[in-house]
Amino acid sequence: MNLVQAINDALKLEMKRDPRVVVLGEDVGRVGGVFRVTQGLWDEFGDDRVVDTPLSEGGILGTAIGMALYGLVPVPEIQFADFIFPGYDQIVSELAKMRWRSGGEYSAKMVVRTPVGGGIRGGLYHSQSPESLFIHVAGLKVVCPANPYDAKGLLLASLRDPDPVLFFEPKRIYRASRGDVPEGDYTVELGKAKIVREAEAAPGKPAVTILAWGAMLYEAVAAAEKALELGVECEIVDLRTLWPVDVETIAASVEKTGRVIVVHEAPKTCGFGAELVALINERCFLSLEAPPVRVAGFDTPFPYTLEMDYLPLAHRILPAIVETARY
Amino acid sequence: MIQEPHATLRDSDPDVGLFTVLREDGSADPATDPKIPTPRLVLAYRHMRRLRQLDARMILLQRQGRVGFYGACTGQEAVPIATGLVARPDDWVFPALREQSVMLVRGFPLRQFVAQVFGNSGDVLKGRQMPSHPSGKQVHQVSWSSCIGPQIPQAVGAAWAMKQAKNEAVAFGFSGDGATSQPDFHAAMTFAAAFKAPVVIVCQNNHWSISVPTARQTASRTIAVKGRAYGIPSVRVDGNDLLAMHAVLERAADRARRGEGPTFVEALTYRIGAHSTSDDPTRYRTDAEVESWKKKDPVDRLARHLRKIGAIDDASEKQLDDELGAEIAEVIKAVEELPPPPRLSLFDDVYAEPTWNLREQRELLAAIPPAPSH
Ligand SMILES: Cc1ncc(C[n+]2csc(CCOP(=O)(O)OP(=O)(O)O)c2C)c(N)n1
Repeated sequence: MNLVQAINDALKLEMKRDPRVVVLGEDVGRVGGVFRVTQGLWDEFGDDRVVDTPLSEGGILGTAIGMALYGLVPVPEIQFADFIFPGYDQIVSELAKMRWRSGGEYSAKMVVRTPVGGGIRGGLYHSQSPESLFIHVAGLKVVCPANPYDAKGLLLASLRDPDPVLFFEPKRIYRASRGDVPEGDYTVELGKAKIVREAEAAPGKPAVTILAWGAMLYEAVAAAEKALELGVECEIVDLRTLWPVDVETIAASVEKTGRVIVVHEAPKTCGFGAELVALINERCFLSLEAPPVRVAGFDTPFPYTLEMDYLPLAHRILPAIVETARY
Repeated sequence: MIQEPHATLRDSDPDVGLFTVLREDGSADPATDPKIPTPRLVLAYRHMRRLRQLDARMILLQRQGRVGFYGACTGQEAVPIATGLVARPDDWVFPALREQSVMLVRGFPLRQFVAQVFGNSGDVLKGRQMPSHPSGKQVHQVSWSSCIGPQIPQAVGAAWAMKQAKNEAVAFGFSGDGATSQPDFHAAMTFAAAFKAPVVIVCQNNHWSISVPTARQTASRTIAVKGRAYGIPSVRVDGNDLLAMHAVLERAADRARRGEGPTFVEALTYRIGAHSTSDDPTRYRTDAEVESWKKKDPVDRLARHLRKIGAIDDASEKQLDDELGAEIAEVIKAVEELPPPPRLSLFDDVYAEPTWNLREQRELLAAIPPAPSH
């Protein structure tokens, strides 16, 4: 299964299990979404549960909040994360604060699904990675799977979590990421990172921890392979849940290696890497052998023609690994 | 019900009216004929044919992997071409996806237009935007972003500034039918009316927003009627009728120039092709529907009229085709060879002057090898 099929499988499973789940968004119905993630759902569950909406993100998210308050579990799709901003107010001012502002009486449980990231020749408005803009807002959980198994398990966990979840789908690997996905029900716990490659530091043999998620995880792995040829081992942590981030797994890895690189597509300044490095400094300061490094998108809008130069791909991660290891 | 444009512009019945000039046999309805001089019509026709050919070539290039994306306006040519002819040099244009070609009518070089599609060093925008997002200050055209809606209030703001400048300039703001569901549409209509801005807001109702039919955008019988509630004179016009479009846009622009404020135009048309090169329309609409609209093709309808009045014939048609084909082929050949934009140009124009972080990052990029291609 690929990532698209795994997400589709999770949606189908949960819609069968829980009649409160409603999918809504632009083009999600008859055609099954522009990336075909909701394909077949409309045929199976009909117009009341798989809803093609008018073209308004504020409308989609605002009505989803109302539905959720009344007891449904909406799964709004925003066609590209870049188009979430017309509905940003509903997320930041309303969705995130609903539980707190009502003294815990109301909450708007929903999973907002949206494709993120570049590498598909999408230019400024079909490529962005706005995760930090949501992590910064108290009250939202933020998830980003990197493989089909996690995608299904994390989505099912998100749908059953009591809090609103932003579910970011790395579109560059929608079809490229393939793997075995069990049939039927299982969840991947929110808030738990996964170590996808282990490393041990030894005297004279430094190791580097790399924190990554989504499509850039594969770039980190590719860079780690090359680094190994140069004699540097990397431990790679797939964060999976960006918020609440698994700070214990991160700290344990950094305490072991003393060296850390964060990789993300979003611009470097105020990207999630900034928070991760701050957490590491707070918790692992005495274990650090080198300054933490961010390999990230540049502080520019996302370019069309030069997108491969913009992205923090393996060829940019590798020199950072070497430098950190040698520090 | 067919109406005289004066009447429709006075909002006689945007609910059911449809302003049309060209009749099925190619003649102009004498009751509504704006009497556009024949050379102007022939020029309009040339632009429409050029656009039709250009779109077809670009879609082909996309299929061949030579460009990354393209959004054609096939079947909707009358609206941008009429706009280009009606707009004066100091007017401004804020297009959506289907109206980029207005700038070609207003003198923007085809070479640079095509270079924007290739996103290479011949592109004024330095290869930053996706194809089909051109802009050109020399012809006062601002590109749409990709986001649906934001350009409409921007057109209103430019018009507001024009009003303060008292220079009789007009802003044209465009959207599709889907965009009318966005809050930006509401804001644009509200502000345009409240400030009596010299703006012409045009909604091209092409019946689809990707896979979503207009009936899912609004339960209103027409889009034009919405203007009434905002207090904006509104007209529903046959968007596949170049003569009707020209008449309505010209009168709307004249109203604006006279200080009479905004006009809202719903142009009824149809997207004949896919939404973009990323779309497969056979999944959501029938061939019969497409075929019925092909019979109302705006280029064919103007051709029929021009033949009827003796302005074109088989020989001139053949010559036009050859000329346009050669022009487009030559431009593509010249543009495709150009190198990509320089890597370090990425850091220009984020701010007027690069800040320290951008200067540092520019140095970083300069020091690492070029990225692998896709
Ligand atoms: C804010 C925003 N939401 C969603 C999209 C994705 N999208 C691109 S075009 C489109 C449909 C536009 O329909 P319409 O306004 O009718 O214009 P048309 O393309 O039919 O000319 C959608 C949903 C977008 N570009 N921007």
